[in-house]
Amino acid sequence: MTVEDIIKPENLVYEKSKLLTSKPFHYCPGCGHGTIHRIIAEVIEELGIDEKTIGVSPVGCSVMAYDYFDVDFIEAAHGRATACATGIKRVWPDKVVFSYQGDGDLAAIGTCETIHTCNRGENITMIFVNNGIYGMTGGQMAPTTLEGMKTATTPYGRKATLPAGAGFDGIPNNGYPLHITELIARLPGTKYVTRQAVYDPAHVRKAKAAIKKAFENQINGKSGVNFVEIVSNCNSNWKMDPVKANQWLVENMLPEYPLGDIKVDGKLVEK
Amino acid sequence: MGELKLMKGNEALAESAIRYGCDAYFGYPITPQSEVIEYLSEQNPYERTGMVVLQAESELAAINMVYAAGAAGKRVMTSSSSPGVCLKQEGIAYIAGAEVPCVYADVVRGGPGLGTIQPSQADYFQAVKGGGNGDYKNIVLAPASVQEMADFVALGFDLAFKYRMAVCILSDGAIGQMMEKVVLPEQKPRMTEEEIKAKYPWALTGRKRGTQHRVITSLDLDSNKMEEHNRHLQAKYKMVEENEVRYEEINCEDADYVFVAYGSSARIAQKSVQLGREQGLKLGLLRPITLFPYPTKAIENLINHGVKGFLSVELSCGQMIEDVRLACNGRVKAEHFGRVGGIIHTPEEVLEAMKKQIIGE
Repeated sequence: MTVEDIIKPENLVYEKSKLLTSKPFHYCPGCGHGTIHRIIAEVIEELGIDEKTIGVSPVGCSVMAYDYFDVDFIEAAHGRATACATGIKRVWPDKVVFSYQGDGDLAAIGTCETIHTCNRGENITMIFVNNGIYGMTGGQMAPTTLEGMKTATTPYGRKATLPAGAGFDGIPNNGYPLHITELIARLPGTKYVTRQAVYDPAHVRKAKAAIKKAFENQINGKSGVNFVEIVSNCNSNWKMDPVKANQWLVENMLPEYPLGDIKVDGKLVEK
Repeated sequence: MGELKLMKGNEALAESAIRYGCDAYFGYPITPQSEVIEYLSEQNPYERTGMVVLQAESELAAINMVYAAGAAGKRVMTSSSSPGVCLKQEGIAYIAGAEVPCVYADVVRGGPGLGTIQPSQADYFQAVKGGGNGDYKNIVLAPASVQEMADFVALGFDLAFKYRMAVCILSDGAIGQMMEKVVLPEQKPRMTEEEIKAKYPWALTGRKRGTQHRVITSLDLDSNKMEEHNRHLQAKYKMVEENEVRYEEINCEDADYVFVAYGSSARIAQKSVQLGREQGLKLGLLRPITLFPYPTKAIENLINHGVKGFLSVELSCGQMIEDVRLACNGRVKAEHFGRVGGIIHTPEEVLEAMKKQIIGE
């Protein structure tokens, strides 16, 4: 049997979404962005909303997300994606607007926009990819970097406070991992808040279902932000191979950022 | 004939935005222009025309709302004053790079830093020469009356969409706060979705299946494409320079010496012309209405017709004087006079400065 014998329409069991362009991803092999892009594209395709969807890409690794999605897109300044999403949704309330941001963009430089977009209850979908590090600029500390985690700007590991015995006991240093998702879930303007992951097929399916709900809520006109955090990896800057990075994610990221729905239909989920 | 009203400059700007059919205003309060968002909020334009008014969490957020809503084909505007406009520069550079039409008003106050809330023209450099990063220009309109605060909204939007670029209405605390009579334009309808789609094919309105999706971005990592894009922007600015220069000449026909002044300084210098003529001095006033594009040729023409010197009158330590001198190119004397820090020069001291610095003893 040759390759030509196998690649036939009748043997097709899976294909990429029609809403992903044929441009090859610039993402590192093993990175979660590719999978997250795919499930977002599938959701938009399944919901049949591609002719009225407008995406907002951030500054960071996914800055050129607009090259990969076959829907209208705007590229925002660093941290301002949800201000852009607000601008579009307010003047085109019938369009479907989603923002796509990393941890530095959404939870550091864009914290103000994030909090206030959520507090206003804009009827948009926010996708937040949290891999605990700045990828595009080469692996510096992110607001979500774990305590003790080594990055280019915390080469000895992130310390919330300076170490004991240095004469500066208890003096703040790099601060604590920022739980922006739990924070915004407390705001009355958020409708649906969930934390998902894409490190194995079961979680990819769950994450896709969550993203679908986040888009459906918007289409159904339920006012309030629909917020999906996806805990992802950065094998390049974590300096691991993809398999090891996903194991590390499970062992280290998930205890700090536990998966599951945080708020559904405007109500905090009891734990 | 429109409606005659007595209004503040800031209110006239806001009212004419509603009447122009503006789709959205995103702003953040700052003295001396808070009347713009207050007036809009009080007027409830969403009820009148469907215009959106949103108080953003910061000037940064406001300009980025403008950037995206403008990219989506809508007529959107913001306004602020000097320190707030500093914050907006990020978004303005993106707007320039991504070629998004919008109007922003800067009701200038004294600086640097928090400065003062009193009138100033010390942000000429920021508005006219750049302010954000990269090689770009904004069209800058300088109203000298409450009437022009109203009129330049329509002119601003027309130019913004003609060239797909930001238009700055550069006024100051005096023009924004003073009350004058103003003839307001008739109410125009806002554009429909069909009209926007037909007129602005670049606008983000949701791509039709089978057509290329649209991208509004200022980014291109391919240096060759980025150079090409920059050349394209420069060619556009050249077109603006060739076609959109606006200015007013007062008593220049027989003038020996001419004041160059815009906005509130032009109002004062006009009085200085009158006082000087009463003393037998042949004085004139050149009032740039567009600061970019600058009326360079108008200055050259005045020199060709015998003007022997220019005094640039500005509420600054000397900014526009650089453009006056570039236009003079060393052929005649050009000097600057201006009070700063929120103090407004009197017609008498402006006339004295002309006598002392230009005409000589």
